Amino acid sequence: MNFSGLIQDFGPLTITGLAQGAIIALFALGYTLVYGVLRLINFAHSEVFLLGSYACLIVWGFFGLDQNSATPSTLSVIGLLLLGLVAAIVISGITALGVELVAYRPLRKRNAPPLAFLITAIGASLFISETVGVMTQRNIKGVPPLIQPRDVFVIGNMHVTNLQILIIVLALMSMFLLDRFINRSRLGRGIRAVAQNPDSAALMGVNKGRVISLVFLLGGLMAGIAAVMYDLKIGVTRFDAGFLLGIEAFTAAVLGGIGNLRGALLGGLLLGLLQNYAASLFGTEWLHAASFVLLVLILLVRPTGLLGESLGRARA
Amino acid sequence: MRQVLARAIGGLAVIGLIAGAAACNSDSGSDDTASGNCGYKLAFFGALTGSSANLGVNIEQGFELAINQYNEKKGSTCIEVAKFDSQGEPGVAPGVARNLVADKKILGIVGPPFSGESEAADPIFEAAGIPTVTPSATRVSLSANGWKTFHRAVANDDAQGPAAGNYIKNVMKAEKVFVANDQSAYGAGLSEVVEKTLGSAVVAKDKTEADGKQTDFSALVQKVVSSQATVLFYGGYYQNAGLIRKALTTAGWKGTLVGGDGMKDPGLAKAAGNAAAVGTITTCPCSPPEKAGGTFVTDYKAKWNVDAGTYSDVAFDAANMFLQGIDAGNTTPEKLNTYLSTVEYKGIANTYKFTDKGELDPNYIKVWTFKFDATGNTIADQEVPTA
Amino acid sequence: MTTEATSSPAPQTPVPGAVSAREKKNRRQDSGGVRGWFGRQNPWVRAGLMVLFAVLAFLLPYVGEIPLIGPQIVTQGIDWPSALFNMSYYVLLALGLNVVVGFAGLLDLGYVGFFAVGAYTVALLSSPDSVLRTEWGWTAAVPIGLAVAMLSGLVLGYPTLRLRGDYLAIVTLGFAEIIRIVATSTETLRGDRGFSDIPHPPGEFADGKPIFGVADAVPYYWLGLAVIILVILGVRNLDNSRVGRSWLAIREDQEAAEIMGVRTIKYKLWAFAIGAFIGGLGGVMFAGQQGFMNSQTFVLQFSILVLAGVVMGGSGNIAGAILGGALISYIPDRLRGIQDPIWHTDLFGFRFAIFGAVIIVIMIFRPQGLIPSRRRAMELKDREKEVAPIE
Repeated sequence: MNFSGLIQDFGPLTITGLAQGAIIALFALGYTLVYGVLRLINFAHSEVFLLGSYACLIVWGFFGLDQNSATPSTLSVIGLLLLGLVAAIVISGITALGVELVAYRPLRKRNAPPLAFLITAIGASLFISETVGVMTQRNIKGVPPLIQPRDVFVIGNMHVTNLQILIIVLALMSMFLLDRFINRSRLGRGIRAVAQNPDSAALMGVNKGRVISLVFLLGGLMAGIAAVMYDLKIGVTRFDAGFLLGIEAFTAAVLGGIGNLRGALLGGLLLGLLQNYAASLFGTEWLHAASFVLLVLILLVRPTGLLGESLGRARA
Repeated sequence: MRQVLARAIGGLAVIGLIAGAAACNSDSGSDDTASGNCGYKLAFFGALTGSSANLGVNIEQGFELAINQYNEKKGSTCIEVAKFDSQGEPGVAPGVARNLVADKKILGIVGPPFSGESEAADPIFEAAGIPTVTPSATRVSLSANGWKTFHRAVANDDAQGPAAGNYIKNVMKAEKVFVANDQSAYGAGLSEVVEKTLGSAVVAKDKTEADGKQTDFSALVQKVVSSQATVLFYGGYYQNAGLIRKALTTAGWKGTLVGGDGMKDPGLAKAAGNAAAVGTITTCPCSPPEKAGGTFVTDYKAKWNVDAGTYSDVAFDAANMFLQGIDAGNTTPEKLNTYLSTVEYKGIANTYKFTDKGELDPNYIKVWTFKFDATGNTIADQEVPTA
Repeated sequence: MTTEATSSPAPQTPVPGAVSAREKKNRRQDSGGVRGWFGRQNPWVRAGLMVLFAVLAFLLPYVGEIPLIGPQIVTQGIDWPSALFNMSYYVLLALGLNVVVGFAGLLDLGYVGFFAVGAYTVALLSSPDSVLRTEWGWTAAVPIGLAVAMLSGLVLGYPTLRLRGDYLAIVTLGFAEIIRIVATSTETLRGDRGFSDIPHPPGEFADGKPIFGVADAVPYYWLGLAVIILVILGVRNLDNSRVGRSWLAIREDQEAAEIMGVRTIKYKLWAFAIGAFIGGLGGVMFAGQQGFMNSQTFVLQFSILVLAGVVMGGSGNIAGAILGGALISYIPDRLRGIQDPIWHTDLFGFRFAIFGAVIIVIMIFRPQGLIPSRRRAMELKDREKEVAPIE
């Protein structure tokens, strides 16, 4: 146990933890949205993220960029970032819809038991990540250095870089917009209605099938943004990147209260911070163990997560 | 509903049939033997798929290249290549190994690449009496099991660790060293030896999870930065090392990353980007291929369209060592095993002679350091003493 | 797990004629097919068929000798008896998980943890690498391994009693990951270095050669099969007993069960303990066959695969769990060492991709599993009628 190390590095650990946590939180939204409406663990969401993380790399590849390129000029960086984001969002969104269409809809039409959904999702997840694995020979793919991290401001030994600010701001902004969308818009009202009571919603004229597709799409969009951020931060993607981070994102979603949007944000940030602190205190090898221990402890005290389950519903 | 079941089973059966037919096709390759010492097989045993496939593929390609060249020289498919994919997992290895020993045409095995799967599979090879030459399993204890068929074509961790430590101490003259490992049998063993060699120069330690289990190294990076170490020794494989190197550069750390042969792979530069990887030092119990001359490097590139990776050259040597033995008429596994215990073979990466335990003769143990250059390749740096 | 969103009934007017028609249809479905025929036979014929089936299972290692069909069945890239042994411990795990998920309805995503506990206990007690230095024989270590596995089931089960459905799933997943990380990162458990020279089960042939050697996996398979048969008998009895009925009640509606006097805590713990015991059995067999093990074996994907097997085979049905467990081991093993007809690369690279696709297809056409539990199949039929139009 290295308390002095933790105290000394508290600032830098906090900022890097927040950046990682923001990515996890964005990723976690997909689990939370689908769970809120369908009460299902969308196991294939990790692959939605995975394909997003490859999509932006492929687009950047069109411009001849790889991990060894020099950083382009600011203007082209902005353009490339936007293009990458669009590509990742589109591919992730399509993947999410595709997963819903292939792995969930046929089962829903037959009103299959909930476990069956979990298993088709596992099947879809295996299929996508393994296909990517075969196609890439299970090699890593490097990310072009679009953003050279530069200190924006320094407090003590805490260096806050432009990349970290970008990640955190983009994540918060996306979540704010999503929250507004669900709480204010007509479509969002439909989502909340189906989440509260699917049958009454259907009777009231809400198109359930469309709402479900929309929810998958929204989760996919968020995962796409998370994927681009992940690429820029870590600098590498691989066929099992989705699975690895997916477990953390799912943990974050449950931690905050699955089905609860703000819970996902809280859970993600908390997890990112905790992992960093625990790694500093006990050693980096205990990073994941610490997040699971925290999860178990919190669920023992609050069996439905920190903020409780709710997607637009007042319920304990 | 029964119809559906029947259809599902029928579908599976069709898949099976297609697969079976394909397998039959692949089996019916040309098998005509030209001269007396032909019609046998040499096997590669190791990971070809799974998360640790990269090293396995490096080795397999070096191995297959040697046999192809031999067959071309003979003008026929004299020695067949047999590949056995263990996925690098000790849990999978025994079943695959039993399948290997069932093929009586196999005279020798190159592999297993990893120490863990060696522990699980080598007893089976030992029972079947088929000689193995591993180009990369460096766990010290492997040679202490009394296996007669075990041969190691590289120095074990006990030789590489001190060399790395000495290099950091005497050549780099580092006073503050951070030692970390990925908890793999290889990485942990190596970093322990390095730690011992460096003694008081080690200012802090940490461990990470294995390759493919962790991608965010912020906490480790922060510790390294705070420790003010000028050298980070990482006992582990190239992928984590690349990610760590990149994160260190991002965090503004100016020191040097040093590691063992598990990091000597262009994959490190791929993960880190060439700019960050430049100057990273790896030790390797092997000689640089370009020193040995020959056309291995260009041949390899021509055949596989990638650069030769870590241990491709040792695997190439191991295969050629077997081929030379078979050519000399050692056409049973027993004879080939006896041949291995006496041979002194000069290959492209090293000269090989085995002790009675199957270790490389101490006189031939060489450890070189390699440096990543600006193109992401490793170039030979210097030979370092192992004691 | 919580019920699916669409499950509340569509307006159901109890027209007497309609209901009886439905029931008649159910009865017909139920008594049709192989299973209905099997159920109509007298007990002696049934027992005889079971024995015949068991004998056939014992002869499986030699199935390759059958002309034409045999070679299609045996695996190519992996030794067939070894593949059978792998299947046997997967089947054991599926049987154990079926008790937890299928009978008691507790979604456990970290089942591999118990497998690990069983295997590690044996390794600690018997391997010369262990800090304990006891170096017991395999037979002596097994009862301890099983006891520790069972105990771990209770210890991990107890704190999760309050949790439902998906929360339980993530907590069990967390426990399994914690077990894996502890196994990787603590000195005593040796992490990736693992334990070597774990003794094999005892016994010698007349000529002094050990029955359970390294080169031949057939004896291990037979041992596994014998254990499986014992486990089947035990689990069947439990399922038909008061315990089984309590599990059923808990699975269907925990509150109602509690009100009716079922002691839910007790029976949930029973389910965890028995599941853990069977998982531990798989672990001790694995350690005994392998001779070497390290932390790499106990990855999360392993638990997920076994769960997929149970549900795919038919959650809550013993025959289904056996079939599912066997398939999840057999399909990937069968795909080893085969070339695909188009690119001529080896199919084994694709095996999990193909496997994923197979899972989806099976679940779409058989949402209740390949061999569904009879009760579940009827439930599903009811629900299919209720399903609200989606578009």
